[in-house]
Amino acid sequence: MSSAPVFLAGASGAEGVVASLSVRDVTVAYPSGVTALLDATFELGAGTICGLVGVNGSGKSTLFKAIMGFVTPSRGQVRICGLSVNQALKRCCVAYVPQSEEVDWNFPVLVEDVVMMGRYGHMNFLRIPTAKDKEKVTESLERVNMLRFRHHQIGELSGGQKKRVFLARALAQEAPVILLDEPFTGVDVKTETAIIELLRQLRASGHLMLVSTHNLGSVPDFCDQVVLLNRTVLASGPTATTFTPQNLERAFGGVLRSFRIEGGDLHDDHDARSVTVLTDDERPVVYYGEGGPEEEPLRRTDKGA
Amino acid sequence: MQELIAPFLYDYMLKAMFVSALVGAVCAFLSAFLMLKGWSLMGDALGHAVVPGVAGAYLLQLPYAAGAFISGMLAALGMALVKQRTRLREDAVIGLVFTTFFAAGLLLASIYPTSVSIQTIVLGNILGISDEDVIQVIIIAAVSLTILIAKWRDLVVVFFDETHARTVGINAFALKIVFFTLLAACTVAALQTVGACLVIAMVVTPGATAYLLTDRFGRLIILSVLIGAGTSFFGAYISYFLDGATGGVIVTLQTLLFLAAFYLAPKHGVLAGRRRQSSASSEGAIP
Ligand SMILES: Nc1ncnc2c1ncn2[C@@H]1O[C@H](COP(=O)(O)OP(=O)(O)OP(=O)(O)O)[C@@H](O)[C@H]1O
Ligand SMILES: [Mg+2]
Repeated sequence: MSSAPVFLAGASGAEGVVASLSVRDVTVAYPSGVTALLDATFELGAGTICGLVGVNGSGKSTLFKAIMGFVTPSRGQVRICGLSVNQALKRCCVAYVPQSEEVDWNFPVLVEDVVMMGRYGHMNFLRIPTAKDKEKVTESLERVNMLRFRHHQIGELSGGQKKRVFLARALAQEAPVILLDEPFTGVDVKTETAIIELLRQLRASGHLMLVSTHNLGSVPDFCDQVVLLNRTVLASGPTATTFTPQNLERAFGGVLRSFRIEGGDLHDDHDARSVTVLTDDERPVVYYGEGGPEEEPLRRTDKGA
Repeated sequence: MQELIAPFLYDYMLKAMFVSALVGAVCAFLSAFLMLKGWSLMGDALGHAVVPGVAGAYLLQLPYAAGAFISGMLAALGMALVKQRTRLREDAVIGLVFTTFFAAGLLLASIYPTSVSIQTIVLGNILGISDEDVIQVIIIAAVSLTILIAKWRDLVVVFFDETHARTVGINAFALKIVFFTLLAACTVAALQTVGACLVIAMVVTPGATAYLLTDRFGRLIILSVLIGAGTSFFGAYISYFLDGATGGVIVTLQTLLFLAAFYLAPKHGVLAGRRRQSSASSEGAIP
């Protein structure tokens, strides 16, 4: 991927830090007795978008919480940018966009106030915003196309708009590592495309993003790495070699619908190519070609066959 | 005219008005946060929970603030403990703990009658406040205001989104402890002005009124503090003429302001809502 630029954030920020994420043998058990994660292990470097896929309850959100230190692993360790979780949080190395924002939508804060909260790690003791902080807030809102809503109270937005505001807050944080838990649920296709474009830009500037999603079809579109999860890491690595129908079937088991249409079913002349469609009822992933499942999946951007 | 400035001619009235205003201001600052979290009842609970501490402190001839503060913190701890160990909901826990403390206070005061009557604790006695008590109240208020002014932005993040607070390196747990300590301390101060029964109004009404008037937290705090300080000052002033309980006057003033905001607030008021509705339906009528 691109070379790994060193971050030159604010004085207290993540200066001189290169994005990286290492999850080693992480095991998380909830007090209820559920072991949500077992020996999860993978490594990611700078300039990466990594897709995190797995069925409902496979432990995706739990993995995010473990990376952020909201749940303490009973075993294993997480290191972010080479630092321990607490150090990384202190130095603003991680931004997190949760699956569902559990906030009080009637809170008397405006959209721009929420995005400004992303800047707190860069501010002094009294948290008085500087011109640079204000500039970053405007820029972040602009990038998610929410600038004209900046003076709205946060509860006055639609679900997708709220999501974009929290994305803007993560941008304003200027963290080298960004964790996004299902950023595309409840978001229309246009917004999804815009978010993906944004993630690509961030990748080009050396950020590391871990994105959980059920839209299997868009994974090959924008992820260069994938982690397949089902209580433990089933497979991880570059999308081309890891995001295969075999691995997907292992990760999703019977949950996944799979259609395979051989060449012979489509037309009379001999053709070894076939179409394989895998879906968990969000956007399906389609494989097409001679080798069948060994082929790279179709990208939405590949027009025609 | 001569009549109207009369309260300013008496030392005890001046003291009462300024101490009330100060306490009103700090309580109002706290109220901006409390009512947003659905923790309003915490103010009531702490107000009652400090009673045994005050009674005990007079009995042992300690500063009343110390006793009140200790029993307030014990009550808060008790609530946290019961909540953690059981599946009871917050309101039940609060009700359980504070009535226990209040009962203990009543019992203590009736078995060992002291110089301070239970009525003084429950209704407050700002007009008869002693100089030592004034100093205690001023210290509590000054320290609390300083901390709040320095840290209110962090508190907003913690109260709005605790998860995010962590990701920007804010220690949410420590800040919450600080907040509840301040709340306990200010409850003790408000005991002097309005008494245990009406403390809850001081830590809810100003914030609730301001909430109807603005969507920005900074302004909410300023409005709330102005309301709290103003009503407390004038409440004490008016009580001179009515010869009535200061606490009752202060809280009545706050309620009147709340009602005014409830009807007249530019965006969230009842009238504004009606106006919007009727203009929306008349727009709808045009094809
Ligand atoms: N707070 C909790 N207490 C107890 N068990 C939990 C808790 N949160 C999650 N679990 C359990 O842990 C497992 C993993 O949950 P998790 O939320 O990580 O799944 P997920 O992959 O994010 O699912 P989804 O796709 O639905 O978001 C589930 O079996 C769930 O029941
Ligand atoms: Mg989840």
